[in-house]
Amino acid sequence: MKKALALVLAGAMALSLAACGSTPSSTATSGSTPASGASTASGKVYYLNFKPEQDQQWQDLAKVYTEQTGVPVEVVTAASGNYETTLMAEMGKSDAPTLFQVNGPVGLASWKDYCYDLSGSDIYGQLTSDAYALKEGDTVYGIGYVIESYGLIVNKTLLAEAGYTVEDIQSFEDLKAVAEDITARKDELGFAAFTSAGMDGSSDWRYKTHLANLPIYFEYQDEGITSTDAIKGTYLDNYKNIWDLYINNSTCEPSELAAKTGDDSRNEFLAGEAVFFQNGSWEYVNLTGEGKFTDDDLAMIPIYIGVGDEANQGLCTGTENYWCVNNMASEEDIQATLDFINWCVTSEEGTTAMANEMGFVIPFKGAAESPNLFVKQDAEMTAAGKTPVSWNFTTMPSEEWKNVLGTALTAYAAGTGSWDDVVTAFVDNWAAEYQLANG
Amino acid sequence: MNNSKAKSALNMVFTVLFSVLAVLYIYPVFMILINSFKVETAISTSTVFQLPTAETFAGAANFVAAVVSQGFLQSFFYTLFITLSSVALILLCCSMCAWYITRINGPVSKAIYYLCVFSMVVPFQMVMFTLAQTADSLNLNTPYNICIIYLGFGAGLAVFMFCGFVKSIPLEIEEAATIDGCNPLQTYGLIVLPILKPTLISVAILQAMWVWNDYLLPTLVLDIRKYRTISMLIQYFRGSYGRVEMGPMMACILLTILPIIVFYLFCQKYIIEGVVAGAVKG
Amino acid sequence: MQKTLKKYFPIFVLPTLAAFTIGFIVPFIEGIYLSFCKFTTVNNAKWVGISNYVTALKDESFMYSFWFTVAFTVVSTITINLLAFAVALVLTRSIKGTNFFRTVFFMPNLIGGIVLGYIWNILINCVLSLVEQPLLGLNTPAGYWGLIILMAWQQVGYMMIIYIAGLQSVSPDLLEAAAIDGANSWQTLVKIKLPMVMSSVTICLFLTLTNSFKLFDQNLSLTGGEPNHATEMLALNIYNTFYARSGPQWKGIGQAKAVIFFVVVVIIALVQLKATSSKEVQQ
Repeated sequence: MKKALALVLAGAMALSLAACGSTPSSTATSGSTPASGASTASGKVYYLNFKPEQDQQWQDLAKVYTEQTGVPVEVVTAASGNYETTLMAEMGKSDAPTLFQVNGPVGLASWKDYCYDLSGSDIYGQLTSDAYALKEGDTVYGIGYVIESYGLIVNKTLLAEAGYTVEDIQSFEDLKAVAEDITARKDELGFAAFTSAGMDGSSDWRYKTHLANLPIYFEYQDEGITSTDAIKGTYLDNYKNIWDLYINNSTCEPSELAAKTGDDSRNEFLAGEAVFFQNGSWEYVNLTGEGKFTDDDLAMIPIYIGVGDEANQGLCTGTENYWCVNNMASEEDIQATLDFINWCVTSEEGTTAMANEMGFVIPFKGAAESPNLFVKQDAEMTAAGKTPVSWNFTTMPSEEWKNVLGTALTAYAAGTGSWDDVVTAFVDNWAAEYQLANG
Repeated sequence: MNNSKAKSALNMVFTVLFSVLAVLYIYPVFMILINSFKVETAISTSTVFQLPTAETFAGAANFVAAVVSQGFLQSFFYTLFITLSSVALILLCCSMCAWYITRINGPVSKAIYYLCVFSMVVPFQMVMFTLAQTADSLNLNTPYNICIIYLGFGAGLAVFMFCGFVKSIPLEIEEAATIDGCNPLQTYGLIVLPILKPTLISVAILQAMWVWNDYLLPTLVLDIRKYRTISMLIQYFRGSYGRVEMGPMMACILLTILPIIVFYLFCQKYIIEGVVAGAVKG
Repeated sequence: MQKTLKKYFPIFVLPTLAAFTIGFIVPFIEGIYLSFCKFTTVNNAKWVGISNYVTALKDESFMYSFWFTVAFTVVSTITINLLAFAVALVLTRSIKGTNFFRTVFFMPNLIGGIVLGYIWNILINCVLSLVEQPLLGLNTPAGYWGLIILMAWQQVGYMMIIYIAGLQSVSPDLLEAAAIDGANSWQTLVKIKLPMVMSSVTICLFLTLTNSFKLFDQNLSLTGGEPNHATEMLALNIYNTFYARSGPQWKGIGQAKAVIFFVVVVIIALVQLKATSSKEVQQ
């Protein structure tokens, strides 16, 4: 009896083990049957979207596409801060995303094995400039699909109350004079120059990444390079000047900055407590609308740090959102995905939705005009001959590098750390992290 | 006499002290409650403690946003369904298994028992990746069949607890039933199961608390294109670039914990007894 | 009866065994195997020997999170058990409102770790900003103590229930005898109550110890490991190695870390059970 029992048990285990072992083939069929059964076309699209704000718009657009073509498109948005973990978990599944995002060369390094070469694709031909493609040699790994700009968002109404206009600020010297004048009259005016910083994870990227882009940009310009394994930090003094200006002329004492979040910063700006708010075109939807600002109240000006030809400096414009197509997906799915993204940037429905509903400026030939004020300003400045500052923070060696810099900046603001620590975090750590990532 | 007077005075002090403590204990939930009625801009880091004023009162807007924008009702339903189905399955299968392996004393039974005890100490991280892959390849990734995974991963504790109780049931009762012509299924259903009732409640409560609140397992196993449990949902109120929809998030948290608190207030007696029984056996 | 019952093996045991195989045995064995491999999915594993373990043990963040976890576990185990025992002592004095207090103190247990973490994140950040200290995301000590407070808030009620049950089972005769012998309340506590509830202590210590050591949800939602991984506990460190780092080498390292983690948990559980169960009084 016992033997029989053991046999049964062994059989049961073998069965369940076999069930696990043989599944790749079985799930491949069972996974795709329902999808293809529901449609006439053979492929399907699964887009893992990075931007939570545009989740609904993508869902709607996907629905339109499915209605028109019968190709099922599923859009899933990862919760904020969870994109990498979600992508990693989903890539391990049998129905992996066919379309995903990387944030630039550094992000690409770890996903390169999964990226389909887009060099012969229709969408690559639609790009207005090669600068928006993520290339290595002749291989195109990713296509930038949205261009964004950042700078100093100005509350024009408050600025006028202080006796200035946007035109008065054409250089770092001007900005410093205006900011310090506002601080001097802070009690009388009832508002400060800059919103508080928000140095925790909610908005520290505004300084450790976006602001740090400026000294890097100017150094790259000097050297004529687009990336480096060791930064020199030529313009770190200017970085210090602008950071000092921010923290000494803000709504709160420098030491209290670490007690503020990005939401606080936004709320201060909305409540009219500060004139300047360093942020980007994505912030437009949060600042305008019922009970908030109108286009007449707002403007975006370049971040001047006192380097280069300031009269002709534009906003910081670039992209860190690249579409990549999963090369592990089936042939039909890859084709369906390519068709879908091409449709998004060429068709009437696609371009309108991306411009109007999502507020994107897309670097494609068929792009529709965006109603986003900041984006329009960027176009105006470029048309007037100003040179946009490119996004070089995509070449920062690692997330770790940014975090260490952010910690040093916070400590400096709080008075517990020195500027030398910031310099060390910027220069020495760059080489160290680069070594780690590429060594 | 004097002694008991001092004692009652001391008790009074304790009552007062504990009342203060109790208020502090409830405060975090109360804080969520007041903030869920405030408008977005009034919920900044340093104003969380302030009560809503006429100006900052948002009415039910946050609740509407919480329910409408992220599909709260579906998530609630999925979580409820997963919890109910998993717990029911665990109770039925594990009690049967425990009865069998306690009554049949063989190497197989022993092996199963010790494997179950062993599985209780294994941290989830040890198996999270392989479990997610196994579940994916078997298509156990919907709220309707994820209970099989929960049965598998929860079996350890349940079988262990049931075994502890079954051992204390006198064999004579079951033997009498067999002599009366009951087959094992009937014996189990008519005799053993009713006697097991207190343990069933304990196990049900411990497992329900685990499944309802579980985060990592459903996140990794469920097909996230279609299904989110409540624990997963709450994360979705944070936007990229650091923006958090504080109002709806507060409302969502409140909607999540209210049903549990109400359920707890009604079934308190069973829950607390279940915890005690579970702990004594465990 | 035994013979007939044995025929029912497929009905009684097989469903559980099959699910247990899928949900535990197979993933566990695969997990051990994969810790010696480089892989991105189970199907493309390549044997690399013990190099994953070497890298894992050399990983500073892993060692840091190990010591952080130890520091957290020790302090939170002591805090929770002391508080819970004290509360249980008071609540067995039949003071006014005992039932109400018990209800309130137990309540946080029913709220999930993720939700709790968010609630306390908001609360602690507000306190910090009012006293003008850096927020949780920038403040390692606050993150550490925040976790301790959060866990105490959640777990004290649960342990309290177990201690109350233990204290109530102490026979009144014994206490009376002690009172007649002239024992004061401190002596009664140390000499009689404590030894008699030793089994409750064993259970509570075991539960708090393993809960704290394996803590994940609360850690993820309260601090998320910030600032800069300084409040990252072992479970979160392993999760991040698996899912936040891309590149094929990391999965194997993460799995190796998980195996190390598992071994440590088993050792703790064995040592702890052995140490305290020898002190138990057989009733």
